[in-house]
Amino acid sequence: MALAPPITDIEQLKSHPALGRLVEANAALVEAVKFDREELTIWIAKESIREACAILRDLSSCPFNYLADLTCVDWYPSDPRFEVVYHLLSIPNKERVRLKARLDGSSAAIESVTSVWPAANFYEREVFDLFGVRFTGHPNLKRILMPDDWEGNPLRKDYPVEGYDRP
Amino acid sequence: MILNMGPQHPSTHGVLRLILEIDGETVLHAKPEIGYLHTGIEKTCEAKFYQQVVPLTDRIDYLCPMTNNLAYCLAVEKLLGLEIPPRAQWMRVLMNELTRINSHLVWLGTHAMDIGAMTVFLYCFREREDVLRFFEMVSGQRMMTSYFRIGGIALEPPLGFFEKVKKFADRFPGNVDEYENLLTGNPIFVGRTKGVAYLSQEDAIAMGACGPTLRGSGVDIDLRRDAPYSGYENFKFKVPVRTEGDVFARYLCRVAELRESIGIVQQALAGMPEGPIKADSPKVVLPDREKMKTQMEALIYHFKIITEGFAVPAGEVYQAVESPRGEMGYYIVSDGTANPYRVHMRAACFANLQTLEKMCVGGLIADVVAAIGSIDIVLGEIDR
Repeated sequence: MALAPPITDIEQLKSHPALGRLVEANAALVEAVKFDREELTIWIAKESIREACAILRDLSSCPFNYLADLTCVDWYPSDPRFEVVYHLLSIPNKERVRLKARLDGSSAAIESVTSVWPAANFYEREVFDLFGVRFTGHPNLKRILMPDDWEGNPLRKDYPVEGYDRP
Repeated sequence: MILNMGPQHPSTHGVLRLILEIDGETVLHAKPEIGYLHTGIEKTCEAKFYQQVVPLTDRIDYLCPMTNNLAYCLAVEKLLGLEIPPRAQWMRVLMNELTRINSHLVWLGTHAMDIGAMTVFLYCFREREDVLRFFEMVSGQRMMTSYFRIGGIALEPPLGFFEKVKKFADRFPGNVDEYENLLTGNPIFVGRTKGVAYLSQEDAIAMGACGPTLRGSGVDIDLRRDAPYSGYENFKFKVPVRTEGDVFARYLCRVAELRESIGIVQQALAGMPEGPIKADSPKVVLPDREKMKTQMEALIYHFKIITEGFAVPAGEVYQAVESPRGEMGYYIVSDGTANPYRVHMRAACFANLQTLEKMCVGGLIADVVAAIGSIDIVLGEIDR
């Protein structure tokens, strides 16, 4: 089974309910798209992530009412450094889509989506804890897995696997 | 009053700390504090070859190692575009359903014990022992199995394995009747669970609950049926859904799942195809021991895979499977090298834990124990 080359043309992918609706609502929201290995990825302008999520949640033909996962990827040393990744699932239609927002390394911050899905609460805290990305408007943005007084963000690529304390 | 429950508390099955704000016996707030078992597995994965990550996936959820093996292997296979032979797929389904039975039995025993029904525990662990023996037969390990490999499964099951599983599968529905006799009609158990820790359908979806916690609140979703993987489309089974949204509903869902799982095991045994157990991809899959010792080419491939791993084409995938606790997802990003650039584990319990406060607020302290039991938490998976 050979891998099919990814599709990156918005026009070709418009038939997907999520992308069709986003382009229809506001074409400026969509920065780029990729359809690879049967999965659709949409890059969203970072200022509009909450708006895009709300549009998809309220989409009547295929409501993406379930936030399956929220995480982050660190592309250090390239810039924009961080990519926050949202995996959405439509429970009635069993459709999936992946949203991404690119963030600069210097002041990584993005609007929280906890007002769209309360489920984002723990996930955003985890990303804040392990990557140091701030989520504005989060009700309780503090460390979740690491101790409160921990220094550094372990999942950043410039954080050594062994930690800093090892001789 | 603020009451600290845990991190060492018999009902938290690990090290979960709950900060309860109470007024008399009523819970006003319940804040989970987690991270006591955080071992940085996601970070460790980035420093390993793809095939070396498989043993790490066992360790995040020690009650369903095979499910995690499967989710990870499927994700990497999707990245590679690798086709898995039917026998390996069916073996994976068979082992996965045994894993589900194993996990549900531990849940049932400990959940009932938390609520005060001590006997069930012993019955459940009797059958669990049988399942662990099956794990030991195929992999040599009772818990940290690492039986699935990228491209297939590690070994052909030993002689007599299928007959033993068949015997177990024929007997097991009678065992489930035994557990149900002890609990389902038991007025004390029903009194402790019915109407307790209610979670509405809207809340369950909004808070990201998954698995039996979601199905117990009336949402009909099961990834085995709705997004079939590893050949699940060939199996017939029902997805138990309850609409009550309380502890008892979740209990009924899981017990019904035990029966469905054993049905899948029976189907897998009856239709087990013959053939290879590993994909035909010498650059990814280790050669047989026999070949490795007799053929130069196989020896070279073996040496290359062990010493430098195998490169995976750049890209990213999210592969979710239905674990005993819900949606277990692996998000893997590859940058084209032999080490995963990023491995994120979407843990079912992590999502379910968020619903705990909703369930507990307004209830009694004693019901917190029932609520924790009903979402079937495994802290290894939450903290990773």
